[in-house]
Amino acid sequence: MLIRFWGTRGSLPAPLSYRAVRTKIREALLAARSQSLDGADAIDLFIDRSLPFSVGGTYGGNTCCVEIVTGGDEYVLCDMGTGAREFGNSVLAKHGPAKKNRFNIFMSHLHWDHIMGFPFFTPAYIPGNVIRIHGCHKVMREAFERQQSNPSFPVDFRTLGATIEFVELEPGRTYEIDGLSVRAILQNHGGDSFGYRFSKDGRTVVYSTDSEHKFEALDQSYPFIEFFRNADVVIFEAQYSLADQVSVKEGWGHSCNIIGVELAQLAGVKHLVMYHHEPVDDDKMLEKILAETRRYEEISRTEQKQKLIVTSAYDGLEIIL
Amino acid sequence: MEISEQREGNIIVLSPVGRVNNDTSRAFQTKLLSCVGSTATKILIDFSGVEYISAAGLRALMMASKQSKATNGRLAIAGRTPMVKEIFTISRFSLVVQVFDTIAEAITAMS
Repeated sequence: MLIRFWGTRGSLPAPLSYRAVRTKIREALLAARSQSLDGADAIDLFIDRSLPFSVGGTYGGNTCCVEIVTGGDEYVLCDMGTGAREFGNSVLAKHGPAKKNRFNIFMSHLHWDHIMGFPFFTPAYIPGNVIRIHGCHKVMREAFERQQSNPSFPVDFRTLGATIEFVELEPGRTYEIDGLSVRAILQNHGGDSFGYRFSKDGRTVVYSTDSEHKFEALDQSYPFIEFFRNADVVIFEAQYSLADQVSVKEGWGHSCNIIGVELAQLAGVKHLVMYHHEPVDDDKMLEKILAETRRYEEISRTEQKQKLIVTSAYDGLEIIL
Repeated sequence: MEISEQREGNIIVLSPVGRVNNDTSRAFQTKLLSCVGSTATKILIDFSGVEYISAAGLRALMMASKQSKATNGRLAIAGRTPMVKEIFTISRFSLVVQVFDTIAEAITAMS
């Protein structure tokens, strides 16, 4: 199984500005002054090993979209944020328009940042493709049709060439879809959201975004402990700091890094991937939050707990299970 | 975890010792809320004996701070160990609870 992140921002896209790019170039050149970079390999090595990720790379600006490569015949995606545009284009680049593909899309919920990539998802325009949109909301079709109707968008949803089906799932029930075992859980978010636990061949990944965890709930009876139990990877929404989550942004339906670490530790998770980044946070801030979160994992780990790997997702990140 | 209590003028000084984690946070919270009470009380928590505080412990602080504000009281902490300082930095919790570097500084400010 492989997880590929196409979009990792929450709330709305956050593209890099001219000034941000210029700052990165400037810092990279300053760091390179004492180096002997006499070839492409040496330059790549310098970028990878000597520059911080916030200078040599970027977390990206696309909103939520994650691909789970199962080895099966069909594509599996979580959410249709703006990252779905690049995913769709990559499918066309790989196969060409003649090959017909099947897509299984699992929707956490229907807020704008999770559906706004669909009108630019090129495979939806190609007859013969089959797109099955799975989710636990009863109004999935309405949400997709509404964002693609006059006056918001020039191409009406009902005129799309692909065969598009909406499949309503029931939380707590296990489904077998393209060789994946899938179970959903209700999450605390305005209008509800749902997390998904995917398992195949003894490997498990949990996708849990837009989910506020009230931290009085952090004991063994909390349902998310069981839902995350022994997962290889948990993709966890950590948009806020703990202080923000419990004060000015309480009830906004989002979570934080500290709760993520403690939940993952209680559940015996191997790898926590922070996701749905705050659009206000630039690359340096996200890098700082990652370092702080790794430190918190170290501080809070007890002798009984295994080391939890902590990563911050970025557009283009791939994790092999 | 033990919590001793003493008075410095009109300030109640609580001194927990040990780890404030999922096992001990409930007792910590009960003690804080009972001291905050329903009248304008000044509470200072001496954190010099606290090795670690988890999210549940931070929650107890937040609950007590909220109740204190609602009763026109005042709640602050001081004397954090380096590890607790780190946890406050990571959680940004000094935005939620008033923090002083030393007990003496806190008592002067709160008296």
